[in-house]
Amino acid sequence: MPFTIDGEPWYGRVGDSLLSAILAARSDLGPLAPDGRLRAGFCLIGLCQDCWVRLADGRRVRACTTELEAGMAVLLASDEAAW
Amino acid sequence: MSGRLATEVAIVGGGLVGCSAALHFAHRKVPCVLLEAGRCGSQASGVNFGGVRRQGRALAELPLAERARRMWSRMDRLVGHDCEFRPTGHLRLARDEREMAELERWAKEAARFGIAVELSGAAALRARWPWLGAGLAGGSFCPDDGQANPRLACPLFRRAAAAAGAEIREGERVHAIERGPRGFVLGTEKGLEIEARVLVNAAGAWGSAIAALLGDELPSEAIAPNMAVSEPLPFRIEPGLGTAGPGVYLRQLPSGSVIFGGGRGVVDLARMRCRPLLESTLATLAQVCAIVPELARALVIRSWAGIEGKTPDDLPVIGASAKVRDLWHAFGFSGHGFMLAPAVGAVIVELVLDGHSPTSLKGLEPVRFAEPVPAPG
Amino acid sequence: MKGAPIVVVVGAGPAGVAAARRLAEAGLRPIVLDSGPEPGGRIWRNTGSGAQGLPRLPGHDPERGRHERARFVEWRERIAFYPETTVIDVTRGRLWALASSGEVDSTPWDRLIVATGALDRVVPVPGWTLPGVVTLGGAQTALKTRGCAVGRRIAFFGTGPLLYLAAAQHLAAGVEVAVVGDTSRLRDAVAAAPDLLADPARLRLGLRCLRMLRRAGVPVLRGVRGARIEGRKTVEAIVLERRRAFWRFSCDAVATGFGLVPQTQILDLLDVPFTLEETSGLWLPLLDRAGRTSIPGVYAAGDGARPLGAEAAAMAGERAALALLEDEGSRIDAGRVAQLETTLARHERFARALARAFPHPRVLEAEIADETVVCRCENVTAGDLRRAVRELDARDVSEAKAFTRCGMGRCQGRLCGLSAARILAAIRNVRLAEAGRLRSQAPVLPMPVAARRVPAEDAA
Ligand SMILES: Cc1cc2nc3c(=O)[nH]c(=O)nc-3n(C[C@H](O)[C@H](O)[C@H](O)COP(=O)(O)OP(=O)(O)OC[C@H]3O[C@@H](n4cnc5c(N)ncnc54)[C@H](O)[C@@H]3O)c2cc1C
Ligand code: FES
Repeated sequence: MPFTIDGEPWYGRVGDSLLSAILAARSDLGPLAPDGRLRAGFCLIGLCQDCWVRLADGRRVRACTTELEAGMAVLLASDEAAW
Repeated sequence: MSGRLATEVAIVGGGLVGCSAALHFAHRKVPCVLLEAGRCGSQASGVNFGGVRRQGRALAELPLAERARRMWSRMDRLVGHDCEFRPTGHLRLARDEREMAELERWAKEAARFGIAVELSGAAALRARWPWLGAGLAGGSFCPDDGQANPRLACPLFRRAAAAAGAEIREGERVHAIERGPRGFVLGTEKGLEIEARVLVNAAGAWGSAIAALLGDELPSEAIAPNMAVSEPLPFRIEPGLGTAGPGVYLRQLPSGSVIFGGGRGVVDLARMRCRPLLESTLATLAQVCAIVPELARALVIRSWAGIEGKTPDDLPVIGASAKVRDLWHAFGFSGHGFMLAPAVGAVIVELVLDGHSPTSLKGLEPVRFAEPVPAPG
Repeated sequence: MKGAPIVVVVGAGPAGVAAARRLAEAGLRPIVLDSGPEPGGRIWRNTGSGAQGLPRLPGHDPERGRHERARFVEWRERIAFYPETTVIDVTRGRLWALASSGEVDSTPWDRLIVATGALDRVVPVPGWTLPGVVTLGGAQTALKTRGCAVGRRIAFFGTGPLLYLAAAQHLAAGVEVAVVGDTSRLRDAVAAAPDLLADPARLRLGLRCLRMLRRAGVPVLRGVRGARIEGRKTVEAIVLERRRAFWRFSCDAVATGFGLVPQTQILDLLDVPFTLEETSGLWLPLLDRAGRTSIPGVYAAGDGARPLGAEAAAMAGERAALALLEDEGSRIDAGRVAQLETTLARHERFARALARAFPHPRVLEAEIADETVVCRCENVTAGDLRRAVRELDARDVSEAKAFTRCGMGRCQGRLCGLSAARILAAIRNVRLAEAGRLRSQAPVLPMPVAARRVPAEDAA
């Protein structure tokens, strides 16, 4: 299933969580602004809130409880201008 | 704790008002005992929004607010810590022409007290603060207003007061007060008895109940302003914000969280507890989306409420009781007493010890609620 | 005139599903809410296609999950099931839920069964916030439902049966296990052994996992007194301390956990009384044997009330449903009640034995180094907490939260609250109970600022 991370194309498997799809491509989710610390999810069951990511369509999702959808465009690079 | 204590001044209530009074009595070397039902700052003073603004206040409060504002800049010297006070400015927003007219009216009146604000129309407003939503009629910016951390302020005042010699008794809820030969005798639920010549009633939302124990009837109802906070976000909202009419207020902490206030929660006055109402939080958030639209995607992670005393004219009751000698009231701040509290404590101490204060309390004194004395004859 | 009571079950894991089925059988048509996309909870949830190629894992039975889900489909029309619906606030008589669309709706309720499951308990160690450190449950979830491990060479650190189970499952899936570091000592397990016989099947499973690890040559360190996770951008190694010696294991991920913490936020918002269980250091809701709280109409079941495992959770769910039916005036099957209570009592005995076999590492937690981050959400260190005690006389975790922001982050104190209390109690030299607990505040889980209230259908 195709998706992109900061514009770069990747493929995930059907049924993957967005989190596992991203972590198959790289080792972290980037920082969670305004904190510069890198993170990669912790509890993976929707409770620790460590894995929120932004999508290009404006949505914000918790990656571990979100199913990967074809064409998802994830934005991980820190963007101090975005809330 | 049971036992008996004799002192010069007893203070009921360890909010910021009571703690500031204790600190100032202690500075003047006057023996005082402060009685607090829970812990100092566990009620309104510790959970409020943290706005330190003069803008939008009733004119009667302005002398006090001016003095308080000067104190906020010097917190470091007063309590050994700045209480995270930041003079960020306060931006008051008008959503329509009527609210704009109110901003203009206030600007004119406040100028007489030496407070200058910058008025701007819709376009200038968004040019200066581009994250503001369209649809605002204008705004008024008061550059010298600010914000502080309410969770720290009261514990810091308590610490300073104790260090200066005030006796702070926490976990002592006063449930009886009588007049004794040497002033007042206070009894707490745990059986402590305090004898004092002077009594300061700084019991916040419970102030009218304390007054009533001595037969002094003063009107105040308990309300619970409703608050919520977002996750930390990149810092962008420098000033504190508030709508001119009833609506919402918000501010961003340096750590990134945005605090929202608006609407009310529910109060249980007897148990000294309150809770926020999700319906109020949602109604507030809907307004936030209009004022700062980009916040829409942020996450709200917590909500709370605090218990506050509200008087019929929305002004605090500060000064000598009109009925009982040596009883001094300072309560009923109607949702905006955090900013004033440091000065309120100082002024009460001046009035008690010197009989006068350089700061005018005109329009705030308890006497305004006293029943008119029937004309003789 | 009063119609059928409105019964709401929060959580559709084993406990919630079992409760809902009993209620449905009695014709009550409960409303069932779960934040996940389908029922089954963490244990019976559908596995993604990635998990299809997995070999058989010890203690994992995908068949069982399929079976439970198939059964659920059979009686699903007899309940009102709302997936992807998260309860965010509750008062006596009404609750509010957030749908994935961002809409908030509310419903009145007459009776409420709370079956909200548990989260791994963690003990902060240096480096625990690095990418690549996950909870044991998280590692298991990734493996079982997605068929993908969180690393290629994983270190397991913590204590409890899940530590060995998760490690053995990864081993069976072909993942390299760098080390299993357990803070409990062998002699704790030996002492508890007779009582562990209360559940021979689970004891056997545990021993089998241990054998698998041994046979594969995985180092198993017991009596670990300290740990440090190293790495620049992600995990590179874990250093374990035992008998004053330091052992370094290179790895690219760490799975950590010290038992489970019930997710009791909803019960707490309802002011259900809690009590501190001294052995575990967990605050647990006060319940009668059937799962009734002291608040009329409020019941709790499953790991969200007492972490006893999936089998016990299903029974507790059924038992709570029976209690609810009884409280509604229905006649219930006394034989079934007795059977459930006997089995649940056995599970509780087993849980007590486990608590002795794998005691919580109090000292490690109380002595977390000053520089170590305790609250990962707000970056608050153990030193910050101790300073709040020294300088502002913070007496309990609520005050420490107010002074330091520990517990004010996105996870709402779920991960840091217990450790913060332990640190506070230690430095104040008071019993753990006196350090208190963080109180829950709505929303139970984060809600977008743009959350919209859908107009209430019923007149509230
Ligand atoms: C949510 C909220 C937001 C607010 N936002 C702002 C703001 O942004 N800016 C601003 O200026 N103001 C704000 N306010 C108002 C401000 O917090 C209060 O006006 C101020 O804190 C009042 O201080 P106080 O000391 O009178 O009351 P409190 O802090 O309530 O203190 C009264 C104390 O008296 C104690 N007490 C009561 N009865 C007894 C008894 N019988 N025996 C012993 N002790 C007793 C109580 O326990 C309490 O601690 C807000 C208030 C709330 C609730
Ligand atoms: S870890 Fe402390 S609030 Fe999340």
